[in-house]
Amino acid sequence: MLLRHTPKEITERKALVINPAKTCQPIGAMYAALGIHGCLPHSHGAQGCCAYHRSALTRHYKEPISASTSSFTEGASVFGGHSNLLQAINNIFTVYEPEVIAIHTTCLSETIGDDLKQIRTKAQKEGKIPAGKYVFGASTPSYVGSHVTGFSNMVKAMTEFAESTGKKNGKVNIIPGWVEPADMEEIKRMAKLTGVKSILFPDTSGVLNTPLTGEYKMFPDGGTTVAELKSTGDSVGTLALGEWCSADAAIELDKKNKVPCKVLDMPFGLKATDRFVDALRKIAGVTVSDELALERGQLVDMISDMHEYFYHKKVALVGDPDQLIAMTEFLVSIDICPVHIITGTPGKKFEKRIREITRDMPFEVNVKAKGDMFLLHQWIKNDPVDLLMGNTYCKYIARDEDVPLVRWGFPILDRQGHQYFPTVGYKGGLRLLEKILAALLDRKDRDDPEIKFELIL
Amino acid sequence: MATMTKKKLVQWDPADVKAELLSKYPPKVARKRAKQIMINEALENETPEITANVRTTPGIITMRGCTYAGCKGVIMGPTRDFVNIVHGPIGCSFYAWLTRRNQTDPGSDGENYMPYCFSTDMQDSDIIFGGEKKLTQAIQEAYDQFHPKSISIFATCPVGLIGDDIHTVAKNMKEKFGDCNVFAFSCEGYKGVSQSAGHHIANNQIFRHVVGENNEEKPGKYKINLLGEYNIGGDGFEINRIFKKCGITNIATFSGNSTYDQFASCHTADLNVVMCHRSINYVADMLETKYGIPWIKINFIGSEATAKSLRKIAEYFGDKEFIDRVEAVITEEMPAVEAAREEILPRTEGKTAMLFVGGSRAHHYQELFKEMGMKIISAGYEFAHRDDYEGRQVLPHLKLDADSRNIEELKVTADETLYNPRKSPEEMKAMQEAGVKFKHYEGMAPDMDQGTLVIDDLNQYEAEKLVELLKPDLFCAGIKEKYSIQKLGVPMKQLHSYDSGGPYAGFKGAINFYHEIDRLVNSKVWSYMKAPWQENPQLSAAYVWE
Repeated sequence: MLLRHTPKEITERKALVINPAKTCQPIGAMYAALGIHGCLPHSHGAQGCCAYHRSALTRHYKEPISASTSSFTEGASVFGGHSNLLQAINNIFTVYEPEVIAIHTTCLSETIGDDLKQIRTKAQKEGKIPAGKYVFGASTPSYVGSHVTGFSNMVKAMTEFAESTGKKNGKVNIIPGWVEPADMEEIKRMAKLTGVKSILFPDTSGVLNTPLTGEYKMFPDGGTTVAELKSTGDSVGTLALGEWCSADAAIELDKKNKVPCKVLDMPFGLKATDRFVDALRKIAGVTVSDELALERGQLVDMISDMHEYFYHKKVALVGDPDQLIAMTEFLVSIDICPVHIITGTPGKKFEKRIREITRDMPFEVNVKAKGDMFLLHQWIKNDPVDLLMGNTYCKYIARDEDVPLVRWGFPILDRQGHQYFPTVGYKGGLRLLEKILAALLDRKDRDDPEIKFELIL
Repeated sequence: MATMTKKKLVQWDPADVKAELLSKYPPKVARKRAKQIMINEALENETPEITANVRTTPGIITMRGCTYAGCKGVIMGPTRDFVNIVHGPIGCSFYAWLTRRNQTDPGSDGENYMPYCFSTDMQDSDIIFGGEKKLTQAIQEAYDQFHPKSISIFATCPVGLIGDDIHTVAKNMKEKFGDCNVFAFSCEGYKGVSQSAGHHIANNQIFRHVVGENNEEKPGKYKINLLGEYNIGGDGFEINRIFKKCGITNIATFSGNSTYDQFASCHTADLNVVMCHRSINYVADMLETKYGIPWIKINFIGSEATAKSLRKIAEYFGDKEFIDRVEAVITEEMPAVEAAREEILPRTEGKTAMLFVGGSRAHHYQELFKEMGMKIISAGYEFAHRDDYEGRQVLPHLKLDADSRNIEELKVTADETLYNPRKSPEEMKAMQEAGVKFKHYEGMAPDMDQGTLVIDDLNQYEAEKLVELLKPDLFCAGIKEKYSIQKLGVPMKQLHSYDSGGPYAGFKGAINFYHEIDRLVNSKVWSYMKAPWQENPQLSAAYVWE
């Protein structure tokens, strides 16, 4: 047994988190910033934060993750990190020549109370920011929220670029939330198929799924350009996908640039994708293409083909709120029953949404925001499931409890493909179904006695 | 393949390469970096001076991590029966959760907290009002849930700033429990200049709170401690296999697959063998001063190095029977190693590699590459000190800067009852005259060729430049560097956590490494960088039928 000290009996813990279902804000800010073209994320804190975030993102995306750090030492921690940051800005523009530096804070610089805006003004006055280049930043204290909050804060900070010229650009802003580069590509493709001109931000496609050609581009071809970010202020509207990841930025654009917004669920599964496409169509005033309607029909077809293997199967889910809400809805919609659902990210609304979605399910649901994977494991021990869905850390539970696992979420450290194959939209729905079915049927093939072993399933 | 090899025989002058590496920096950065880039002169113990263990310049994309990473991640990470609670916001504990590939065997006692991650998950209210109460509660909950032998606490950056007294909390809880050793590490990430400070802090606290707690005599004739071996990819398991075969009793490994009791009884061993000089030489020194256990530097990376290290241990104990047994083991193990080496040698000989890793690995692994006929054209450490480059003879000349002064230096004296010099001064002298070197490490530079580049705290920009200019066949560093190097079409091997491979230590490890490097430098994938139409773009737009 790997998690041999996890007992079935659940005792309440108030202070100790065991096997977290979240990490800290700055890594989310770093991932978001990588979705701007020519942007170097900068971690304003001690070296370790940047090293850890780069390592974690590298292991998940299997791509180079460039980011710099203010390299605080004890002195900087006592006297403040402004001189470190000024020095860093100068060195970064001289050596790495990015278009943009996106600074995020850490628990260290937040506790000290460093003021990013003030430091930026000073850098500007001292001529450390070359003409035509940009420095912006977000406050991302690690002791508030989670990696999801950090992602949201950095995306919100991007709205600083938005300009209102008085002339609409006829485009729709889409804020995709923390999804894979392939998902961002898919969202753009769907918008295009719907006949909608869009600005997607952030956009890590073309940044974190780059080809191997013998040439290393520190700043790859992908990413939302600064020109596009500026133009978001002239868009006809904003669709924010996921309340936790994207709503704050959309609301900020509405407040600041009077771009109306609509907050939707992330488009995982049939219904959420339907709502996304429908919203796209309405906001842009277009008719949905036959091609997209065909993809939808194919997804419905596959659901019907596989339904016998899904019906009333119990699933345990762990991940981030936006993803979990959409996934829970998808599973419920295909008659799979998510019975244990955990996120480490705080937010009472999460539990409420999940309870609404699972209201008519034939089983009782365990749901917790600010939960951890130790508790999830204990729930599974008390009420076993047929399938577990979550990040790679789930494999310890999966092995101990002998439950099939579908890897989904962040981080995935032991499998490939998430960078390239989307799970959003109708096409992504097909892939999710394929993975779920494979996990369930591989298990059936393993467990069925020889006399019941079937050629055709 | 022949054309590829030919293309890489680039003529270069190390001084020009150095100048090129520095050319883009602002003048202040260039001056600083110039002192950390050394053109090796390869004179035995007279290597030119290199600057190391100094601050990384802000904004320069370093490979380094922080003090917390060195303390919790490296030293305490692979301790299996401690409940290691990280006091801080969630991230620090999350990132150090199973990411270093330390393998663990729960053994007969079955205690193993390695797959777990414990954190106090500090919130803003804890930062404002202090986190001591939450820490106390977390320790209590860990105790109630697991009843471990020991609970250790790790401070993260904000803990030091808000002034939580983690040591008093730990002391109080230890007294309260009575059967659980609770102690803490002030390993805030901002301390020191790299992971190295964290190693030192970890060593100090383990020495202060655990070493010497169990005086029970352990069975075994040739008792040693293996210091600075972290069982990444199972290295420690392979070394222990060899020890067992030789009749060597390993009392404690610092700290791969280690237990509380191993640390507690390590003072009962008769010899300390030091693998990673950088991370653990402090413990070796303290064990000698307090208990009289001498230490020697060994290296189990490379089959020849392994054989040499075993012979050193045998020589120390001096028993004919033991020496013969060690020789018999070497004789038995080497044919398989030789067979593997002969198989890969034609494909690896003459290839070049660069190593930028650790505080000792960039040195240790040169042994394996030499066995494969490969040439190291540049190497350096991420967090080493000058002695790791130039040898311990520079130690008296090292100047303590402000960053190093902040790291506690334990004052250790001979233990009144337990100090017991394992060898008399005469015996030590005789052994030294016979060539046994105690407390000796000559560093990496003397082992490297003249004109090679020795670079401290290499950064992303310099790494890319080096690869571009010198076109090595292989680059070795860590995960953060892996894919930027590979995008250049050069294979990259992680030597911190070995990608997914290992063990690479000992005899079987050498065989694994030969195969792995053979695979990397001869993989077909590196020839697919260009599509056929990119390789021959000059062809006219007509069909050519051959």
